[in-house]
Amino acid sequence: MTKAARGSLLSIEHLQASEILALLKLTRRMNPLKPRPLLRGKRVVLLFYEPSTRTRTSFEIAAKSMGAITTLVQSSGSSIEKGESLLDTGYTLRAVGADAIVIRHPNAGAPHLMAAHLDVPVINAGDGMHEHPSQALLDAYTIQRHKKSFKGLQVAIVGDILHSRVARSAVHLLTKLGAKMILCGPPELLPEVAASLAPGVRLTRHLEDAVRGADVIMLLRVQRERLAGLKIKLQDYIDRYQMTATRLKLAKRDAIVMHPGPIIRGLELTGEIADSEQSKIVQEVSNGVPTRMAILARAVGKAGK
Amino acid sequence: MAVAKNKSQGTLLIKGGHVIDPAGKINAPMDILLRDGRVAEVAPANKIRTSADEKFDARGLIVAPGFIDLHVHLREPGQSYKETIASGTAAAAAGGFTSVCCMPNTVPVVDRAEWVTWLKQPERGAVVNVFPIAAATLASKGTALTEFRELQRAGAVAVTDDGKPILNADVMREALRQSAELNLTVVQHAEDTRATQACSMNDGPPAFRLGLRGMKASAESAIVERDVQLAQQFPGARLHVAHLSTADALKPVRRGKRSKARVTCEVTPHHFTLIDENVGEYDTNFKMNPPLRSAADREAILVALADGTVDAIATDHAPHAAHEKQVEFERAAFGITGLETALGLAISKLHREHRIPLTRIVELFTAGAARVLDLRGRGSLTRGSFADVTIFDPKKRWTFEAAKSRSKSRNTPFDGWQLTGKVIATIVGGRVVHRIE
Repeated sequence: MTKAARGSLLSIEHLQASEILALLKLTRRMNPLKPRPLLRGKRVVLLFYEPSTRTRTSFEIAAKSMGAITTLVQSSGSSIEKGESLLDTGYTLRAVGADAIVIRHPNAGAPHLMAAHLDVPVINAGDGMHEHPSQALLDAYTIQRHKKSFKGLQVAIVGDILHSRVARSAVHLLTKLGAKMILCGPPELLPEVAASLAPGVRLTRHLEDAVRGADVIMLLRVQRERLAGLKIKLQDYIDRYQMTATRLKLAKRDAIVMHPGPIIRGLELTGEIADSEQSKIVQEVSNGVPTRMAILARAVGKAGK
Repeated sequence: MAVAKNKSQGTLLIKGGHVIDPAGKINAPMDILLRDGRVAEVAPANKIRTSADEKFDARGLIVAPGFIDLHVHLREPGQSYKETIASGTAAAAAGGFTSVCCMPNTVPVVDRAEWVTWLKQPERGAVVNVFPIAAATLASKGTALTEFRELQRAGAVAVTDDGKPILNADVMREALRQSAELNLTVVQHAEDTRATQACSMNDGPPAFRLGLRGMKASAESAIVERDVQLAQQFPGARLHVAHLSTADALKPVRRGKRSKARVTCEVTPHHFTLIDENVGEYDTNFKMNPPLRSAADREAILVALADGTVDAIATDHAPHAAHEKQVEFERAAFGITGLETALGLAISKLHREHRIPLTRIVELFTAGAARVLDLRGRGSLTRGSFADVTIFDPKKRWTFEAAKSRSKSRNTPFDGWQLTGKVIATIVGGRVVHRIE
């Protein structure tokens, strides 16, 4: 195994705070409406082993708007379906001239495997339950537009943290930048071991406890099929963990509500919350484009050199 | 013997070494004469007057009974792309093992006497003794027991469904009942597989951080608890816990031993050397089953190795081809090779780091292992024992290079490791099968 190629983005955990801040700074310089052709002639392969709307389209738009050629490879309709291994697929993509590979995969660590064997930058677009670095960066970018500083910011993440790559990346990123993290959920979705993820992480089983005095509240999607497997009653979850207007009043007056999507109204949050002034859910999606422009520019563009 | 043999034929004199033979209670400078495949004489330096046709200068070296590995996967029949009996036993010889017990999870599963016989045929090209362990249930499906008596007659030294547990309590009870009747050990891969679905490493902070589903220690200890209770129901039943990896599983083993039940257990070098944190960023050479456990589990195992709770060190040598390891962590095959690094790790970690005496380490590789399966005449250098001898230098520093392994596979976490303690010669039945200058 060798080191990942320069410009790769495999996880937030192994980034320095300075690298994160540099990416956020680069994001601020990206204008999706007036993009610079930083990736002209570059070939960016989007290798998606899992369905995705937001992440895939925003990576694609980010790459294309900077002049790159993009190709989408999905498990169905490709050699993956015929049993080709991940590494062989990687070697094939390298052979056709990929300058960067953006990969979404159901197995944790799949991007690391690819990066260890290929000499092109690999960008993790979500690997199993592990990490989702670009989501954490776009969330940080979103927070930055509403809050003065990350230092001392009180951030609550609510819901299925055990299975969430979004939560893992967010905890790493925001902790590195000085925020205070509170994780909230039932034991089945938030085991005690979660507190070991980063220094200072606090757990609570009570939503009120998590929300009180919070600056940022990040909600996670509830996956009904998982709840069924874990024998948690949906109504119990709603009673205890649904974000409602009443509960939100416990947070700071200028608190913002975030969600990586897709949201399920009436489950983890009420429709009223989703559409409220404090909700930045739609803004997160738009922020995905400049964030991913910055990630790609760092990986293969002139800005990264 | 009816025909007198030439006196010097088939004799080997090992001179000037320091003999450690825990079974024979020897820990002293001794010379050893091997003749006709047996130990003919053990005597203080220069007291053996018999002329030998071959001499081995063992000055500065430890001379021990041949090491026995209770747990190896030789992959034949059916998976010779990973390992063959010839390549696996060559690796064993290089690691100082004169006897290996091979696991039945091959293709097909060794669940019939014919396969046991096949494994022992000279055409397989084994360079050390091969003791087959047969499947406990047909195709190791865990439902119908195999014919223990026939398998034993064909040469099986134990039964197991290794790779999988014997999960059903009724099946395990019947296996242990027959074990008592036949004096045949049942080797259990203790894992409640109902609780480890889709898991690829130990449950704990590293698994959570990596987003991998974790195997809980209780999935191992619960099965050991149950099995020890079952074994206590049948006086004489022999239960052996394979690759024990958790602190919690040691408790029922200790309780079983105190109750005089014939409960034994083995520990692998990787479990006394590494912990789950060593998986790093999804290195599949650190993926095995049972998985690397927590630091606390490793500490408990070190104590149990020292205090006698653990009966043997076994490698669980599990070769896999590169393409089975160079895949996504969750999809990678479980297991690592281990024959050539076992002694070096034992001396480096157990002796030098944790001050476990060399005599105890030798016991874990020899007499302790022989007792588990009641291998008569093995694991000892007393007069009349089989002429299986391992000669090693406990102080020699060396670097293990996976690329130079005798195994057909390279899946080891110890590539490039600096170890202390190296096998100098391996003697099987009086014949030198491995030797370095």
